[in-house]
Amino acid sequence: MTAKKWAFEDFTEGMILDLGEKHVTAEEIVAFAAEFDPQPMHLDEEAGKASILGGLSASGWHSCAMLMRMMCDSFLLDSTSQGSPGIDYMRWKKPILAGDTLKGACTVVATRASASRPGLGLVTVRYRLLNQRDETVLEMQNSGMFLRRGAAA
Amino acid sequence: MSALDAFFRIGETVTLGAHTFGAEEIKAFARKYDSQLFHVDEEAAKGTLFGALCASGWHTAATWMKYNLKHREDAGDPPWQGPGPRPEFGPSPGFEKMRWFKPVYAGETVTFTRRAINHRALATRPGWRLLVLISQAFDSKGDKVLEFESSVLVKTG
Repeated sequence: MTAKKWAFEDFTEGMILDLGEKHVTAEEIVAFAAEFDPQPMHLDEEAGKASILGGLSASGWHSCAMLMRMMCDSFLLDSTSQGSPGIDYMRWKKPILAGDTLKGACTVVATRASASRPGLGLVTVRYRLLNQRDETVLEMQNSGMFLRRGAAA
Repeated sequence: MSALDAFFRIGETVTLGAHTFGAEEIKAFARKYDSQLFHVDEEAAKGTLFGALCASGWHTAATWMKYNLKHREDAGDPPWQGPGPRPEFGPSPGFEKMRWFKPVYAGETVTFTRRAINHRALATRPGWRLLVLISQAFDSKGDKVLEFESSVLVKTG
């Protein structure tokens, strides 16, 4: 665990982390929707265009999963993360359409040591994803649990 | 009770179905979207707070959606006794207060529920209403593993 770049004490209030970029393809939108959210606007271009979403659009649950992938690749996999107790809010502000390129950043809004588990702390982070037109498509806030440097799970 | 209240089954807890989360499916989802050690590797998971392979919280939540839709399909459309066209479910603006109370370990069977709380007209979208739901999931011991409050747009005009 000590080899990880990010431990609890490395997160400080106000810190901003880049989430990189993610291109969204029609194939992955349809594949996710076929398994978890098979509604016409997530499966078919024409049905998407006919809906208020305006095109083949990713399931909101797929957007959660895409954000999670971006979180993993930008810092979580190189951290002492021990999971999360939940999500304060998730706002699907605009549709994520096939062909969009997402980018984003997150801001650390609070950190606190766990009262019940020494060696563990909670980091509250706000996330925002934008599309290629700089429109905000998603906002989320949640807390993650991280071990202190050198602490054992 | 209004026709819309009956259609949405306001106040009633609806059981959507049950799903067993196998180790391979947990790992397949996690490799794509949430490849933290405790979701992709049985051995490595032992050295984490979870202590064993468990499903990504996003996997549990997405599976709620799967059963939410499956239930609608299996049960058929709810009876519509109001005037005008049958309401149509649209997209969702999001959710809040999602809690993952307990890990869903490999092999666990989870039962999903949904309860419609209320609905209101949307000033910004004439003909559409916003329906608020509280959804939950329980493991085989009956312990709550997931809860969240979501909303969904419904075309009623």
